[in-house]
Amino acid sequence: MNKVCSLEQALGRVNPGDMVMVGGFGVPGTPFTLLDGLLKGGVNELTVVKNEANEDHMGISKLVEAGLVRKMITTHLGLNKTVIGMMNRGEVEVEFYPQGILAEKIRAGGAGLFGLLTDIGMDTELLSSTKQTMWFEGRELIVESALKGDVALLHAAKADRFGNLVYAKSAKNFNPVMATAATTVIAEVEELVEIGELDPEHVHTPGAFVDHVVLLEELSKEYGILEHHII
Amino acid sequence: MSTTSYKEKIAARAAQEISEGKVVNFGIGIPTLIAKFLPPEVQFFVHAENGVLGMGGRCPRGREDRNLIDAGGAYVELVPGASFSDSSVSFAMIRGGRLDVAFLGALEVSGKGDLANWIIPGKYAPGIGGAMEVAQKARRLVVVTNHNDRADNPKIVEECTLPLTGKACVDLIITEIAVMQPTRRGLLLLEIAEGVELEEVRQRTGTELLLPPEGPGRF
Repeated sequence: MNKVCSLEQALGRVNPGDMVMVGGFGVPGTPFTLLDGLLKGGVNELTVVKNEANEDHMGISKLVEAGLVRKMITTHLGLNKTVIGMMNRGEVEVEFYPQGILAEKIRAGGAGLFGLLTDIGMDTELLSSTKQTMWFEGRELIVESALKGDVALLHAAKADRFGNLVYAKSAKNFNPVMATAATTVIAEVEELVEIGELDPEHVHTPGAFVDHVVLLEELSKEYGILEHHII
Repeated sequence: MSTTSYKEKIAARAAQEISEGKVVNFGIGIPTLIAKFLPPEVQFFVHAENGVLGMGGRCPRGREDRNLIDAGGAYVELVPGASFSDSSVSFAMIRGGRLDVAFLGALEVSGKGDLANWIIPGKYAPGIGGAMEVAQKARRLVVVTNHNDRADNPKIVEECTLPLTGKACVDLIITEIAVMQPTRRGLLLLEIAEGVELEEVRQRTGTELLLPPEGPGRF
C-alpha cells in the first residue's frame, strides 16, 4: 500500500472547470506547494472552496490574480484587498457563506447527505431573501445544499503511506472536513512515516479518505512566520 | 479622552462580564483588549473560530509558531487546558450554545438589541466570516464600541439602517460613557462613566434611554 506520488502525478487529477476544495485558515493548513503547482499547470475555470483567499499574492490569491479561478466559495476576504478589488470589478465571482455553515455544507457533502437546515441568517434579510427556505417543525429555516468537490487539496503535518493524516494545531481548520468531501483527495505532507508508525489514537483523517500523498521536500517561505502579524 | 484611553475604559468595564470557567469569544478591535484587564487567577477559555479553545495572549517576539494563530492571523499563546478542533467542531461550539459570552464591535446597534457590524453596502463587504453565528448563538452577546462614530453620529440608534448581523441578539452595550441593556421596552441605561452627565449620554444616543428605578450606577 503506497499512496505517495509526485506533485505532478497528483495534480494531473485536476481538470479545467473542477470544483477544488482547499484547506487552510490563513497560513496554517494551506497547501501552498500544491497551489503553486496548480498555478504552474495553468488549469483554469476553477471553482475554489476555501475559508478565505489567503492574503494578497499568497496561495489562492495567486490563482485568482492569474485568472484561473472563475468562482470562489468562501467566508471572508477581509485580509486580501487584491481579491476584494477583483470581486468588486466583477473579475471573479464570489459566493459568501457564514463560516460554520460553509464547514457544515462540506461536512454534509462528505457524509453523503444532500443538505442541511439552519436558522443562521434567517432573521437578517440580506441572507434570507436570497435563500431557499422551508417550514420545518414549526419554524422557517434556510435550506443549504451539501457541497462536494472534484478535488480536495490539503496540508498535513504528517502522513503514512496509507494516507492517514495528522494535522498540527490551528492548521486543522477546514482540512478534516474537506478530506471527506471530494472525489479525489490530495494531501501534501511535511513528514512521511511507514504504515504502523502513527498511533491510531492520533490519526485525525483516516487513510480511507485520502487518494494521494505528496511529500514536501522543503517548505517555501510562504509557510513561515508573516512579519506583519508579529507584535 | 484619547482614543487609547477610551478603548481601555471600555475594555476594562467589559472584563467584568467574564467570570471563572467561562468560554469566551473576542471579535476584532476593542474586544482584543479585554483579556488583559482580567486578574490572572480567573481561569477562562478564549475561543477562536479557526479551532483554538484556550488562547492566551499574543506571542512574544521570537516565540511565534507558524501553526498557531487566532482568527485574525495573529500569533498567539495557549493557556493550560487548551485544545484544537476543526472548523466544523469549532462552529458546533458556537451554534450549539457553548459560547458563554462573546464580545463584538458594532457599526450600529439598536435599542432593541439588533446588531449591524459586517457590511456597508457599496463600501465595505469583505464577507460575513463567523460573525453571524457568534452574534446569533452566543449565550450572552456584549457589544463594545465607541458611543459615536468618527463623524459624531450615534452608533446606538432607534433602528439599524445597515444590513443586520443579528436581530435582537445583543444583551449588553458598553461604550466609553455608558453601559446599556436592550430590553423589550427599550434601552435601559445601567451605568454612566465617572465624570459624564446623564444629559450628555442622552444627547449622544440615537434612541430613548430608560432609567432603572434606583437610577444609573457609575463605572
